[in-house]
Amino acid sequence: MSIVTTITGPAIPLKGDDIDTDRIIPARFLKCVTFDGLGEHAFEDDRAQLNGDHPFDQTQYQNAKILVVNRNFGCGSSREHAPQAIARWGIQAIIGESFAEIFFGNCVAMGIPCVVADGETVERLQGAIATNPQAELQLDLANQTIFCGDITAAVMMADGPRQMLVGGTWDACGQLVAQAEAVKATAAQLPYVGWSKIVA
Amino acid sequence: MSKGTLFDKVWAAHTVGTLASGQTQLFIGLHLIHEVTSPQAFAMLRERQLSVLFPDRTIATVDHIVPTDNQARPFVDDLAEEMIQALEQNCKNNNIRFYNIGSGRQGIVHVIAPEQGLTQPGMTIACGDSHTSTHGAFGAIAFGIGTSQVRDVLASQTLALAKLKVRKVEVNGTLRPGVYAKDVVLHIIRTLGVKGGVGFAYEFAGTTFEQMNMEERMTVCNMSIEGGARCGYVNPDQTTYDYIQGREFAPSGDDWDKAVAWWERLRSDADAEYDDVVVFDAAEIEPTVTWGITPGQGIGVTEQVPVAESLPEGDRAIAQEAYHYMDLQPGTAIKGTPVDVCFIGSCTNGRISDLREAAKVAEGQQVATGIKAFVVPGSEKVKQEAEAEGLDKIFEAAGFEWRQAGCSMCLAMNPDKLQGRQISASSSNRNFKGRQGSASGRTLLMSPAMVAAAAIAGHVTDVRDLLKS
Repeated sequence: MSIVTTITGPAIPLKGDDIDTDRIIPARFLKCVTFDGLGEHAFEDDRAQLNGDHPFDQTQYQNAKILVVNRNFGCGSSREHAPQAIARWGIQAIIGESFAEIFFGNCVAMGIPCVVADGETVERLQGAIATNPQAELQLDLANQTIFCGDITAAVMMADGPRQMLVGGTWDACGQLVAQAEAVKATAAQLPYVGWSKIVA
Repeated sequence: MSKGTLFDKVWAAHTVGTLASGQTQLFIGLHLIHEVTSPQAFAMLRERQLSVLFPDRTIATVDHIVPTDNQARPFVDDLAEEMIQALEQNCKNNNIRFYNIGSGRQGIVHVIAPEQGLTQPGMTIACGDSHTSTHGAFGAIAFGIGTSQVRDVLASQTLALAKLKVRKVEVNGTLRPGVYAKDVVLHIIRTLGVKGGVGFAYEFAGTTFEQMNMEERMTVCNMSIEGGARCGYVNPDQTTYDYIQGREFAPSGDDWDKAVAWWERLRSDADAEYDDVVVFDAAEIEPTVTWGITPGQGIGVTEQVPVAESLPEGDRAIAQEAYHYMDLQPGTAIKGTPVDVCFIGSCTNGRISDLREAAKVAEGQQVATGIKAFVVPGSEKVKQEAEAEGLDKIFEAAGFEWRQAGCSMCLAMNPDKLQGRQISASSSNRNFKGRQGSASGRTLLMSPAMVAAAAIAGHVTDVRDLLKS
């Protein structure tokens, strides 16, 4: 599994608080049994309403790797289709003022860091990117620092999930499965596990 | 750091160990799956050649995509048919119990698990759906997860998680007539904000919740996530035990007594420590309606759409966006706002007691001309119960359509959708832009009784006026 320590590339600003997962990927695109093809539908309805003026449609941002957002990004449903759509569009890391919890967890499970910066830093970054869309932004996850032109600022990600990314253990599945015996022992201690079986 | 709360005790009992990252490996006692967020998880298992570790702790149903009128197979919508077939096949291949349409037990996943007695105090419950917080009504720690985590639960019956902080949200006193559980939770979200709960589990405590029945508690816990809290719970009590006893998966015989003793021990201690405490007075809560595009943009039905200057600075930009999208003017009364569609249902308010309250309002009345009004029971069982009580006849006589069980127009993944700029009065949980199936459709959230009242009036109205007459 890959280690996620430094992500460098052009960025894309997306302004607004409380951008929910229905806006990131409208529910009609959830009618699928794979995540393939979700990238092209990221923010579909918001983009249609802005008629080409949505950052995800603007030519200067088409090779962006890092998304810069405001508060409570990804609130709403648990649909992993939302970060999957953003990732398949090309985003590898997100910087924001704050993130909704399930969205954040989904991103970690996909190897995508969501780091938090204060409102002033986010505003400066969004402004700097808009002025110079080809500027390289560098996220140093190990040192929790962001660099963009003459901006150097602290960013924050909780230790547990950050360690999973930096240490390359963000795909928890293998580690969890390896503990099967301990899992069974824990289950055996829980009174309710014996009460009712729900086998098909 | 919280101490001695139900959350702390349940977390400790389910901890398998600590991962290298410092996160907890947490055992999941009940895993619920549905057709939307599980097919990719099963595909990941196949890719990795993993099997389901505890097939007897996962249960499946189909809810999001099911049509509520014509349910004949194959579904008219090919994509919906493909999704239900994938779920049928995955359950069959992995020996997972599946409550399919026509089984008498199908319905919205957060309605059927409690009604089958699957949801019990002290459990950890996960589902690829953010409204899993509903099950916290029973004193379970229940939360929504994404598809990669559905894979993890299928493969290991555990998740890698960081422990949440615990906020006690205390509401005391008796609700005034015409004020329901939905109003309580909309009021809490309006006050604490849609991001106020991020990082917290909400413990709903106080005499107001103690007086609520289980379905009312489910309505409140259901919308914890709209307040930013991934899970919310109520400590179990006699009301909880009375609801569970006798249901199919409830413990019985000697196990019942052991269960109640265990559940009692799990209740938050009298001297439990919380990371935060907030207190509300039930008497201050009015029938509440959302006017904007986040569930936190709610007001009492007698209030006006707030002017931006009256709001905290951080809420003004989203308020401006909401005025524009909703086409509502700041400073105008919400009462009297015309509606086009009235929807009663969802995992928030699609249970029998919700339908009874709405039927009380609808009985002997007529849906206003030009309004489309429909009732979608939360499960096949709710539908049967409602029909046995004659609620379907009351609704139909008043001009409501009576449908089959499913998620329906809460998120409009089935054929029930708003058209164009239509505006709905909805008993569901989200008023996000485009949520109900039209990219420009608009949603006003309110209690089922308020939706019924809006259907009859043709506009937002105060249900208390109808209840008086």
